[in-house]
Amino acid sequence: MEKELNKILSSFQGKSNELIPALQQIQEELGYLPGDAMLYAAEFLNVPESTVFGVASFYAQFRFTPVGKNMIMVCKGTACHVKGAEKVLDEISRQVGIEDGETSADMQYTLESVACIGCCALAPCITINSEVHGRLNAKSIEKIFKRKKAEEKTNE
Amino acid sequence: MKVNITIDGIKLKVDDSLTVLEAALENNVYIPNLCHHKDLIPSGSCRLCLVEINNRKVQVIACKIKVEEGMTVITDNPEINFIRQMTLELLHVNHTQDCTNCMKNTNCQLQEVTSYIGTNETRIEQMRKNRPLIPVDTSNPFFNLDHNKCILCGICIRTCNEIQGVDALQYGYSGFDTLVCTFLNKPIKESVCESCGECVVRCPVGALIPKNMQRPSRTVKTICPYCGVGCGINLGVRGEKIVSIEGDYESPVNKGRLCVKGRFGYEWINHDERLKTPLIKKAGKFVESGWDEALELIAKNFSKYKSHEFATFSSARCTNEENYVIQKFTRAVMGSNHIDHCARLCHAPSVAGLAQSIGSGAMTNSIKEISDAASIFAIGSNTTESHPIIGLKVKEAKWNGAKIIVANPRKIDLCKFADIWLQHKTGTDVALLMGICRVIVDKNLIDESFIEKRSENFDAFKRSLKEFGLDYVEKITGVPAKQIEAAAEIYASNSPASILYAMGITQHTHGTDNVLAISNLALLTGNIGKLSSGVNPLRGQNNVQGACDMGALPVVYPGYQKVADPKAKQKFEKAWNCKLSDTPGLTLTEIVNSAYNKKIKALYLIGENSLLSEPDANHVRKSLQKLDFFVAQDIFLSETARLADVVLPAASFAEKDGTFTNTERRVQRIRKAINPVGNSQPDWWITCQIAKKMNRKGFDFKNSEEIFNEVALLTPSYKGISYKRIEKEGLQWPVNDEKHKGTPVLHKDVFPTASSKAKFFPLKYRPPAELPDKQYPLILTTERSLYHYHTGTMTRRVDGLNQLNERELVEINPVDAKTIGVNDGDKVCVTSRRGNVDAVAKITNKSPAGTVAMSFHFFESPTNVLTNPALDPVAKIPELKVCAVMIEKG
Repeated sequence: MEKELNKILSSFQGKSNELIPALQQIQEELGYLPGDAMLYAAEFLNVPESTVFGVASFYAQFRFTPVGKNMIMVCKGTACHVKGAEKVLDEISRQVGIEDGETSADMQYTLESVACIGCCALAPCITINSEVHGRLNAKSIEKIFKRKKAEEKTNE
Repeated sequence: MKVNITIDGIKLKVDDSLTVLEAALENNVYIPNLCHHKDLIPSGSCRLCLVEINNRKVQVIACKIKVEEGMTVITDNPEINFIRQMTLELLHVNHTQDCTNCMKNTNCQLQEVTSYIGTNETRIEQMRKNRPLIPVDTSNPFFNLDHNKCILCGICIRTCNEIQGVDALQYGYSGFDTLVCTFLNKPIKESVCESCGECVVRCPVGALIPKNMQRPSRTVKTICPYCGVGCGINLGVRGEKIVSIEGDYESPVNKGRLCVKGRFGYEWINHDERLKTPLIKKAGKFVESGWDEALELIAKNFSKYKSHEFATFSSARCTNEENYVIQKFTRAVMGSNHIDHCARLCHAPSVAGLAQSIGSGAMTNSIKEISDAASIFAIGSNTTESHPIIGLKVKEAKWNGAKIIVANPRKIDLCKFADIWLQHKTGTDVALLMGICRVIVDKNLIDESFIEKRSENFDAFKRSLKEFGLDYVEKITGVPAKQIEAAAEIYASNSPASILYAMGITQHTHGTDNVLAISNLALLTGNIGKLSSGVNPLRGQNNVQGACDMGALPVVYPGYQKVADPKAKQKFEKAWNCKLSDTPGLTLTEIVNSAYNKKIKALYLIGENSLLSEPDANHVRKSLQKLDFFVAQDIFLSETARLADVVLPAASFAEKDGTFTNTERRVQRIRKAINPVGNSQPDWWITCQIAKKMNRKGFDFKNSEEIFNEVALLTPSYKGISYKRIEKEGLQWPVNDEKHKGTPVLHKDVFPTASSKAKFFPLKYRPPAELPDKQYPLILTTERSLYHYHTGTMTRRVDGLNQLNERELVEINPVDAKTIGVNDGDKVCVTSRRGNVDAVAKITNKSPAGTVAMSFHFFESPTNVLTNPALDPVAKIPELKVCAVMIEKG
């Protein structure tokens, strides 16, 4: 762990004002912020560990638990809300078998509702990792996840 | 500078350093506030202290605005009140409305603010979110954290940051979910919290609240009985019990601050196991007896022994008055100079070394000066754990811009605050210090005029530096030459510079050399005899300075007047009306050996737990068992007292009057808060009774004040001190006469040596007496825990302190742990040439590879069974800091 973190933070100088980019870098590499990694960052940046956690927990972008291979973000912004974001969430939940905020036991999926992902014209929409899926309904959702599951199988 | 301001039409003259809020509060004008605390930097987070300034119709917060000449302030009008009320109602929305069951009821600032501003109940109820209650964090043994009562003022967070420098708490999460939380929002006990309770005393509401809180019916101003810092405390008494302790804001030493032991460690005072009656051993078993029987038995037996067969261990835990009486008894009644106390095991080298070099073995400066130093060199001192309140001063210095140099083989907490951390190998201090001196001389950073005018023997010292080239020093100490150079430059070029040191320097077979190396360094740069600039040995026990001052040492009478000096002998013979011996007595470590050889036959031991505190404990046990007659006087039946023939129950610090002298030479009053528990009696009373039973005059003291007056008469440095003068605040010796104001800084103009000059000492490096080898491959060094005190007689009887540190932990470096094959939490057996001890392994980078550390607080794991009794030839202190051990999985 220590070696890995050392590598991850190698481009940083160890100054306290690097805290947020450093946390972002760790999350980029590890997928989330493990406690030990935050302690390491605290010592490296000479910032109290309580402050590291305070900052990390303040921003929605930071996560303290591992995420699934596929990160599903369901938009609940105004446009999506009007176009039935709630139903979209329910359908996805049915498809992947987890509730909002959870990660599947096989570490394939993490489901999370977010405020707005900025593609209101496509409402209701979601992102899976970096790909955007818009104008969704129960059918298209089913299709997406069927394809995903098929991809998984071929990968295996 | 003073400025004129008007608050609500009242004209005031106030200091221009104040904020509007402070100026108002100081002049008894109330402005509602919640996040303000006089010890903290204003944060402006509660938004309640709104005022209008200079008739502008804009509301601003009074805690963030400094007063200015001609300023007019309005603290109350409908606009201000409207905003205040809204803000306050939003606080109530998130606050449990359960005042009657809250311990803070009637003492709560939210209540105070609410009664001043007023709220609209209906509106609060409408806004209230029915969220489930957050479980109360009860993990800390001394206080609870109830988030449901928290108003997020941030006082606890700022206290932990600005005052303690611990940073256990911070705001976590955001919006409605914002919480005061620890790292990962774990229970407080699992965080870096040191349980000092400073946040608890400052919490304006019932969010941080002491456990089992009972309000006292009266308070008594006195001094903390733990370490040598000598913090002022107020004991809270209810009936015949001590139920609380609060820091004394009037004390010049701690200004209200306390550590975890000082604030919460009082349960032992009224503990069931306190000795309540004299015990006499009959047929191997202790039998309770009356005072008369016990005293007569002691008097009869003591009378049997010749002066050279009798010895006394006095106590640095007892008052000055008691130490005076005890040494008077030993010298005047028993005719023996065999009196010593635990200073032998801590700062004997400081007393011996500094007396030679600068004339006096005490701190040259005051505690409060530490925070004003430009550089601090802390060597062999784990300041934040052993002297927590002085630790705060070092942190304060850092925040004031001082450069901090820490020299310690272990990665102690203070390293976090250090500009440079010199991790030298255990026992290589002389080489390190002489190396630093060499750099200072080579770079010509010396203070030539100081050396010329106020010191002697510089040339001989300079010649001895030749040996300490940086290559050689680096090889011995393991510290890179560059770091040594940098440290030397920092120390020499940032004046005033203060050196703090403690057991890491003294507890070596070359302890006296270490101390002399320190005084060399200070003299070289002229860093002595000035404010915030000097040599500061941090004394260990509450009254170890006083016990030395009172002559509870084998070579001196009170005030360091030598027993071998005919003039001093004559003075005390006249004062005490008896014949005295001019042969210096044996030291504590020598007394133990003489008991083993049956030369010392009777021992009077007061408040000392030798079986846990002295090196090679098995040898100590055998020696004490060989005594003909052994009297122990203590507050608990300690491991050592169990070996005694007679045990006398002593009163604790809370049950008697007297004085303690703290590490900065401040003589402070302790006061009786409750009656002695059971039949126990103050130590001075007991010793006087024994003397009287032996038909000796000069022990008819009615109270401790009478004893103190005799002390002042015979001790030049205490001459001007009386109970009346130290009623409010202690005085720092020397106090030459009744008008003298005490001496915060020693050696300003002259050194109290024969030549009035300080002396340099040429030194040579000697390795510790026992080094690791194949069979015993690791170095064991001894440590202290913040949560316990010495042999744990008191702190081990405080439930909460036991919860925070329940057993002996051997701190092992991960590298060594791998070699030995132990994991964190494994049971291990530590063995040295003298014995073995079981403990639990703690794997940590705090210990360097090759060195392990243990405390000596736990009777179940008596670390001193392992330590080396090899002595420093001058000060006779044993090498408690270095011995060779091996560790096996237990």
